[in-house]
Amino acid sequence: MDEIEFSSTGSGWGPRSEVLAVGWGNSCETVRWLLPRGLLNSCPAGVASCPASSCPFPSPRSPRLTLLESVLLLGPRPTTGGMEFSELIRTGRAQAKLLRGPEAPPLRGTLCVTGHHLLLSPGPQGTSDLWLLLLRSVDSIEKRVSGDSGTITLRCKDLRVLQLDIEGVEATLDIARSIEALSSLESVITSFPFFYRPKGLRLGDAWHFHPPERYYKRVARETNAWRLSEVNEDFSLCLSYPRAVIVPRAVDDDALARCARFRQGGRFPVLSYHHAPSGTVLLRSSQPLTGPQKRRCAEDEELLRAVLAGARPGAPGFILDTRSAQAAKQARVTGGGTEAKAAYPGWKRLHRPLERGRPLQESFVRLVEACGDLEQSMDGWLSQLEACHWLAHVKEALSTACLAARGVEREEACVLVHGAEGTDSTLLVTSLAQLILDPLSRTMTGFQELVEREWIQAGHPFQLRCAHSAFSHACPKHEAPTFLLFLDCVWQLGRQFPLSLEFGEGLLLALFEHAYASPFGTFLCSSEKERCLCEVRTRTHSLWSGLNQPKVRRKLRNPLYVPNPLAIWPSVEPQSLRLWQGLFLRWIRPPEPSQVAWEKVWQRLASKEKTEGCEPTSKPQL
Amino acid sequence: MEHIRTTKVEQVKLLDRFSTSNKSLTGTLYLTATHLLFIDSHQKETWILHHHIALVEKLALTTSGCPLVIQCKNFRIVHFIVPRERDCHDIYNSLLQLSKQAKYEDLYAFSYNPKQNDSERLQGWELIDLAEEYKRMGVPNSNWQLSDANREYKICETYPKELYVPRIASKPIIVGSSKFRSKGRFPVLSYYHQNKEAAICRCSQPLSGFSARCLEDEHLLQAISKANPVNRYMYVMDTRPKHRMQSWWATQKDIGRIIVRISSKIWNDEKIRESDEKKRLNAMANRAAGKGYENEDNYSNIRFQFVGIENIHVMRSSLQKLLEVNGTKGLSVSDFYSGLESSGWLRHIKAVMDAAIFLAKAIMVENASVLVHCSDGWDRTSQVCSLGSLLLDSYYRTIKGFMVLIEKDWISFGHKFSERCGHLDGDPKEVSPVFTQFLECVWHLTEQFPQAFEFNEAFLLQIHEHIHSCQFGNFLGNCQKEREELKLKEKTYSLWPFLLDDQKKYLNPLYSYKSPKFAVLEPNTVSFNFKFWRNMYHQFDRTLHPRQSVFNVIMNMDEQNQQLEKDIKDLESKIKQCKNKQTDGILTKELLHSVHPESPTLKTSLCFKEQTLLPVNHALRTIEGSNPADNRYSEYAEEFSKSEPGVVSLEYGVARMTC
Repeated sequence: MDEIEFSSTGSGWGPRSEVLAVGWGNSCETVRWLLPRGLLNSCPAGVASCPASSCPFPSPRSPRLTLLESVLLLGPRPTTGGMEFSELIRTGRAQAKLLRGPEAPPLRGTLCVTGHHLLLSPGPQGTSDLWLLLLRSVDSIEKRVSGDSGTITLRCKDLRVLQLDIEGVEATLDIARSIEALSSLESVITSFPFFYRPKGLRLGDAWHFHPPERYYKRVARETNAWRLSEVNEDFSLCLSYPRAVIVPRAVDDDALARCARFRQGGRFPVLSYHHAPSGTVLLRSSQPLTGPQKRRCAEDEELLRAVLAGARPGAPGFILDTRSAQAAKQARVTGGGTEAKAAYPGWKRLHRPLERGRPLQESFVRLVEACGDLEQSMDGWLSQLEACHWLAHVKEALSTACLAARGVEREEACVLVHGAEGTDSTLLVTSLAQLILDPLSRTMTGFQELVEREWIQAGHPFQLRCAHSAFSHACPKHEAPTFLLFLDCVWQLGRQFPLSLEFGEGLLLALFEHAYASPFGTFLCSSEKERCLCEVRTRTHSLWSGLNQPKVRRKLRNPLYVPNPLAIWPSVEPQSLRLWQGLFLRWIRPPEPSQVAWEKVWQRLASKEKTEGCEPTSKPQL
Repeated sequence: MEHIRTTKVEQVKLLDRFSTSNKSLTGTLYLTATHLLFIDSHQKETWILHHHIALVEKLALTTSGCPLVIQCKNFRIVHFIVPRERDCHDIYNSLLQLSKQAKYEDLYAFSYNPKQNDSERLQGWELIDLAEEYKRMGVPNSNWQLSDANREYKICETYPKELYVPRIASKPIIVGSSKFRSKGRFPVLSYYHQNKEAAICRCSQPLSGFSARCLEDEHLLQAISKANPVNRYMYVMDTRPKHRMQSWWATQKDIGRIIVRISSKIWNDEKIRESDEKKRLNAMANRAAGKGYENEDNYSNIRFQFVGIENIHVMRSSLQKLLEVNGTKGLSVSDFYSGLESSGWLRHIKAVMDAAIFLAKAIMVENASVLVHCSDGWDRTSQVCSLGSLLLDSYYRTIKGFMVLIEKDWISFGHKFSERCGHLDGDPKEVSPVFTQFLECVWHLTEQFPQAFEFNEAFLLQIHEHIHSCQFGNFLGNCQKEREELKLKEKTYSLWPFLLDDQKKYLNPLYSYKSPKFAVLEPNTVSFNFKFWRNMYHQFDRTLHPRQSVFNVIMNMDEQNQQLEKDIKDLESKIKQCKNKQTDGILTKELLHSVHPESPTLKTSLCFKEQTLLPVNHALRTIEGSNPADNRYSEYAEEFSKSEPGVVSLEYGVARMTC
């Protein structure tokens, strides 16, 4: 499967049956191989099915398929039972008009629903390219019928709102039902990333960095107190940790195993960041399972003692709990709790409550709602901005991260961050603190590694958190825009330090889009274990290799970047924080003037390069 | 000098405005005839001009000393702690005297001496020539002419001498109209749009009384509409909000009742006309008091339009509320936005902007002339006329053009700078941030159109600084007549040449004057385009600002590019020379030397490298300035030592073991 490349040229489609046969054969095998081992239950790819009709389209950025070709792909295909996409597709095609907001002109043509895409072919007279929308990125759908035509409003996960005017009532209802069914498929292995084969990328060379291992190399250069442990090789200790984690050298794997039993979800304290200048570290974990009996765990205490011993002598330790003191105490009833003061000498606990879960999702929904209302008065806008609390969450997240960073740098202390599960606000704090402290994480490569290491591999449940965006009518279960909050905080940092981040707003926007719906496999699944089960690494392409193609990478770069070896301490006053218009108003207002200005900056840089006759000075580090 | 009792106080503490932990700098406070100066232990100087001081407060004595809070008109707030109460009292009293002068002659401008001779000073005053500006607009022409009616300020004291009026408006008409208008401010030309042949005119409200009309005024308006050969209709914009007129009417109950009685008889049955009637009633009520607006029945070819900009008192208290919110220590995001909302400041800014857009559209789309007025025609009218011209004419978006615009629509047409800025000890109810609002509107435009303006934010801030500083003569006095009496041109200096000399600081590196896109600006006033102007209202609170400036880097880059392009040209010309000489067949030793590695090529590349280091250094400096101790979350960090004393204590951002 790894060498297969689909191309959209005529010859590429010729031996279609062979190519696909290889593909299907493989995937079926995988499923069959998985089933007996009973692993599918824990895999979100719950439905063990073979994708019957699917569309291995090239990148949506270069849609050069004709409608005929794409429809051919959807034709009847021998299947091995189970659900078929074709069963979900009620109608093949319809005539439609697409309205894409106030700026873009409307498109007319033939609308067609395929297994993964909605496509609009401009018809014979149309000269423009095929228009494609990944069905997975549809957040909510609204249909309205009047007379002999209908209107479908699609609200996408990237906050775009599209309107389709379709001829024929039946066609409208059928298309709406098809989109509804296909966009909410929960199976992972039948999702588009498993069929996406962009030109210029090859499977296999995609996941070119393995962050824990790679990061360990850096830590090992700086200190000898830590080691790379493969105790979680088979994910038996912790479901949401990667195979390899960095732990104190003084603690052996058996102790780690006992430690894991004392922490929720097995997330024992591991190294998140080693701050070389002060020789101290940032750790993360989940809450200890002290419970109402105030249980203790000798190995856990030993581990934290070893952390302090490995740092500068006399270094204090701080445990930063992202819940309020009261919430932490209440968690004891359900078996959780906090570290007892007496049990962890040298460690002091701080509580900085951060919002998470449903309130955060509601805040996001309210903000997007407010942004969609163009007619409201000045007072209405300001009061909505206040009432949604989004910027308050940004402020809290940033100031907590600053507190953690300050503990590491100024107090020269070791800081352990955890909340309850340790997969949301914990990661928010540790990753932001690193961005503040570590100049390497502010480079293009470094930031991608940070996201991979501190979010994807650290077990942020993307599959659950990003299942729906702000438009979904469904009652949120596990959805929360924690990752978006992180991106917003990074954007605020970038606004306050416009020269210190190597990447621009474009990368943050791309990450937001891909986290919610993507043709790449990077943000699939909720943990490393699931990704291994679904063979995400071998069967999908990595977003990172997509983003690091020279052409794309160039666009995401911050042209004004100057390496800055110091920590960047942002201001968290409300006067210094701004609404991220580039994201929340991206599709609502015309391109922001600052973007126009940026283009001019690019021009200047280009002319500078021309006069200088060489590449710009910034070089990717690492 | 007689007010100064103490010139120097040592061991004074300067508190950080936003710190909740009483973090402070210790230094020495000096009091001079013009400035208050604080030099801290790092030799950093803080200068405060006496004229900038809006309010001095002496707070209750504390254990560490006597607190003295000074609020400035440029939104700087400093909080000193003077160790001895007597010193504090002396300084307090001196500042009270020095910040409020009773006479113009005591203002700084009359003693300020930038070491220029008389001819240089006069040249400076002649830099902005309004006659030249009207010529640029295309007047006088066949429809508009210069009127000498106000030559001795006979008709209107607050207008300039040179006024442009329709050619067909005779002197008796002008005189008659001026008698009908409040303060004699009759309709005159403010801006002439050459392509559309439409005009922006300005005046004050008519004193129409209950049923009075003025034929001359009607003639003058007709003349204005006739001066526009394309569209005979003209707009009359009353910049006051309708509801103001209504509430004003409520105070005039008696008159109101009579009118209601009369009108109910007339339109008893016609319920359809009710809303129309109400509008008319208000107008009538205003007219009854001798003030109001034009009766559409009496004027032919006019369309009446209200745009709701509030009066100076509303604006003053709105700004006051805004500053109160922002000055709060430990402000939360919710409090900030609800405070911003309840202050109404951005709503007022939007109203001014909307009015200007209406005006620009009337000219661009409908080709109609517009007459703008408010009550006296020197506050809201100035805002709307100047902002409207700024939208229409790209010249006003250059550095020089913006100076001309301020000179024309604000200074010469009698915006009462001295009263509105409180230059002298006068009526506090006359103070109002009308001009500040104008600058803020311009700033919002620069945010929406970053490439349309030749100047940057620093230019606007500098102008704002000087309308209060009284360092230059431009903004002293309330009208041209007063300025002539003060002999400002002989005794003081003009601000503009000094700003032009420093032009480099105020240039917008993204300015593209050629782009036809920016001929006429069409701003979008959807609510989310209005943001809090942090750099104005927190100009001196450095901790709130972005830590690095993109502008500076782009400026440096531009300079480098220019330098390099120059080098390329030099080298190319050298190569040409070489080739010429080679064709001559002579290759001299000297020429060989010039293509040697030690030629200018290398030198330029070296100089280039040095230059690239500059932004880096700059970045380092600014980032060092942004240490976490400056930020509010540092106070959270005190929790590090709160519950367990003896672990760490924080002071001045340095961790120290205490136990």
